[in-house]
Amino acid sequence: MALLDIKGLKTHFTTDDGILQAVDGVDISINRGETLCVVGESGCGKTVTAMSILKLIAMPPGKIVAGEIIFEGRDLVPLSSSELDDIRAKEIGFIFQEPMTSLNPVLTIGEQIAESLRRHEAVTKKQALERTIEMLKLVQIPNAAGRVHHYPHQFSGGMRQRVMIAMALACRPKLVIADEPTTALDVTIQAQILDLLQDMKERFGMAVMLITHAMGVVAETAQRVVVMYAGKVVEEAPVDELFGNPRHPYTQGLIRSIPRIDLDAEHKTRLEAIGGSVPILINPTPGCRFAPRCKHAMSICAEREPRLREIAPGHRIACHLGDAQ
Amino acid sequence: MAGLTLASPSAEPRRGYSPWRETWRRYRRHKPAVVSAVLLLLLILAVVLGPFVWRISISDMDVVAGLQGPSLAHPFGTDDLGQDILARMIYGGRISLAVGLAAMLVSVFVGTLIGALAGMSRGPLGYALMWLTDLFLSLPQLPLLLMLIYLFRDGLKAVFGPEGGIFILIVLVIGGLRWMPVARLVRAQFLSLREKEFVEAARALGASPTRQVVRHILPNALGPVIIAGTIDVAAAIIAESTLSFLGLGFPPDTPTWGRILYDAKDFLDIGPHWALFPGGAIFIAVVAINFIGDGLRDALDARKVI
Amino acid sequence: MSEPLLRVSNLKKHFPVLGGLLSREIGQVYAVDGVSFTVNRGETLGLVGESGCGKSTTGRCVLRLIEPTSGDVVFDGQSVMGLGGGDLRAMRRNMQLVFQDPFASLNPRMTVGAILAEPFIIHGTVASASERDDRVASLLVKVGLKAEHMRRYPHEFSGGQRQRIAIARALTLEPKLIVCDEPVSALDVSIQAQVINLLEDLQAELNLTYLFVAHDLSVVEHISDRVAVMYLGRIVELAKASDLYRNPQHPYTKALLSAVPVPDPKAKKPRIRLKGDVPSPMNPPKGCHFHTRCPIAEERCKQSAPELREGSNGHFVACHLA
Repeated sequence: MALLDIKGLKTHFTTDDGILQAVDGVDISINRGETLCVVGESGCGKTVTAMSILKLIAMPPGKIVAGEIIFEGRDLVPLSSSELDDIRAKEIGFIFQEPMTSLNPVLTIGEQIAESLRRHEAVTKKQALERTIEMLKLVQIPNAAGRVHHYPHQFSGGMRQRVMIAMALACRPKLVIADEPTTALDVTIQAQILDLLQDMKERFGMAVMLITHAMGVVAETAQRVVVMYAGKVVEEAPVDELFGNPRHPYTQGLIRSIPRIDLDAEHKTRLEAIGGSVPILINPTPGCRFAPRCKHAMSICAEREPRLREIAPGHRIACHLGDAQ
Repeated sequence: MAGLTLASPSAEPRRGYSPWRETWRRYRRHKPAVVSAVLLLLLILAVVLGPFVWRISISDMDVVAGLQGPSLAHPFGTDDLGQDILARMIYGGRISLAVGLAAMLVSVFVGTLIGALAGMSRGPLGYALMWLTDLFLSLPQLPLLLMLIYLFRDGLKAVFGPEGGIFILIVLVIGGLRWMPVARLVRAQFLSLREKEFVEAARALGASPTRQVVRHILPNALGPVIIAGTIDVAAAIIAESTLSFLGLGFPPDTPTWGRILYDAKDFLDIGPHWALFPGGAIFIAVVAINFIGDGLRDALDARKVI
Repeated sequence: MSEPLLRVSNLKKHFPVLGGLLSREIGQVYAVDGVSFTVNRGETLGLVGESGCGKSTTGRCVLRLIEPTSGDVVFDGQSVMGLGGGDLRAMRRNMQLVFQDPFASLNPRMTVGAILAEPFIIHGTVASASERDDRVASLLVKVGLKAEHMRRYPHEFSGGQRQRIAIARALTLEPKLIVCDEPVSALDVSIQAQVINLLEDLQAELNLTYLFVAHDLSVVEHISDRVAVMYLGRIVELAKASDLYRNPQHPYTKALLSAVPVPDPKAKKPRIRLKGDVPSPMNPPKGCHFHTRCPIAEERCKQSAPELREGSNGHFVACHLA
């Protein structure tokens, strides 16, 4: 049984111009101890999907209008916010993109990590401090015993992200959701943080849901990949399969449109750009949402929405192309 | 060649409005502000067109009908001398609203000028101007107001006539003591806007500092200034009423809303209508203007515009 | 070989840090600390490095949008440094800038047509309004938009479309050099490729020269003929793009290359992980700026700063040990 099973999730937002269908029927499941990457461009709904799991979206204007989020056999959607508080941090940890805004600037990092420990586990103040220092050591913060009393602004961006990881992992959650954890960081620091996440995952055996827009990060970290476009899942496959045999035209375009430092050195090729822009999800057109930008679009694509279906073990796509063949 | 490879870069841009129409669209959503705008418009129409409809002169005295309550002949009643209050209200409204608007223009003009200079200057001028602003902010306003009027009233009266002189004096004094918040706003806007990339782009294209300010910075800084200016109109109307109420505003034979209120204060027990109408007019005008300010704040929210 | 279009020699920019009660100078940020390079006509020189390395400041100093502290910038045989007033304005017709954030670089209160016509008005090159309209229309078509878009406002366009407008604005005065400051980093992956291709096409068509500033090594390597790697205000390595990837000399370049995620799960790469963070440019380390994080640093690296010297044809590196 999957650790987390999202079924038919629809999260919509009320805006001045109408209903924004940010997430519109998404199925994603994560197994215990697995790293799943959710990849897509801005506005594809990947972050809203992740935030919906713990109801971290502002409601209103946001609203989960349909679907189930089954975590360890229990549906999280109907839970009250105090019931969710018991799950947050303890069962499911969250790492945000911008560590500066997600840490409280007036509390020391030690106080912030200890807070969630004491909230979820019966530990004394002293034990909490010890556990906190131990966590900071684990995420390789030098001089952890001294740094525990420092404030967020005294840390660099990379160090803050380490603190965030320590905080997310303090209660040993079974699942960690990391929303673009390295996007705000420089590339050498990004490599450090990705290594650390991998290291922590092996140590604690938790599942990781990594939200990102960077295909390179996906290739280096994921076991399984979900590609999202315009509020829907368009392709899902194990990582080797996805990069070796991408089947959805959007995935193909995404992979071919990025400059390849390892290939370019030999022969410079022109990038294959995907034309057009990401659609606005207020009153979207019927049919496949990628059809207006798709090179292979057929008449049916504008009429009927393709369903996600399995084309090989573990490899699913939502595209009419396979039907025609 | 390039043209071919570039084909189909984009779907049509999404339908939008010009920034000012977008503002209007958002303003319309603020219902009290829309009602207030209509109310204020009616008030302005009434004082502008009123004399053409209501032909009783403000100085016509009907001594037998002194201190009468509202009636068909005098809808707002009469004062102790039997003068028609409606006619005096219409006349006084012109002055009160004109003072409000003119004082706002003075304060916005001075504030924008000083704020813009301080915001563009990278040297001591900016510091000096902000120091001046703080100095003005720390002055005790009412005593200063009274003293200035006392000092200059007669001189200006001699040059511009009793009404014109006092009008200029009051507008300058009220506007001249209210420009500081505008200056601070404008300076803050300029400090952030002048570092914006579109201003840098203009500089890279060789735009002169004047052009950078007039074409790029100022139009984008106007939102908060318009809001502040709106509130200033209300504040100036109240200030003028206060001055008139203290007997320091317009001469007794020139009725402004504040002056009518001042004249009415001794007759509150026997002729309450006399104070009620000017008081109500001031109240409605000020509340309406403040609601309009609220609506504009929603509509011109800097985060949405920039 | 002909004279390079742009020659930058020993460029320095030190920003004062103000503090204390009377805003006195309490220190300096050594943003650019002695940078020299040349850009040949028609080529693209990439300037790559992590945040705070001074790459954007270098780009703006070349255009004199930031006043350099010292050093010389020679453009087309003429020094830019002494120019003022009208001469500087005339010079700016030949060098333009494309910004990172297309949402901040277009005036929200001007129509696209007004934005694109402004350079003609400033320089008085195109007098009549109808002629300006024609020029604006052809510029829009050139960057892949439509002539009728000139009546629209920037907020009606997507990020990629706005970046096209910004590029069109940079092209209005037919410059020889365009400094591209992170022109694609704010864009979505699928849109990045569109803009990169557009820049390449325009370069071929108009014989443009680019100084391409970015942090994304894959993008820089793709678009550039030569690449300069910056670290804490200095160039540590400068080489042909393919050379730099195949044969990096400087330990920082090696680490940077190995940190770039490659979109191929089967790719085998060396793993060099740098320790710690980039030191503050307010207080850069003595000697070689990189020695605090360098895996092979020796005693002399802490003492003296290595010069940027040419190893093999056109491959420059600033390291005692390379």
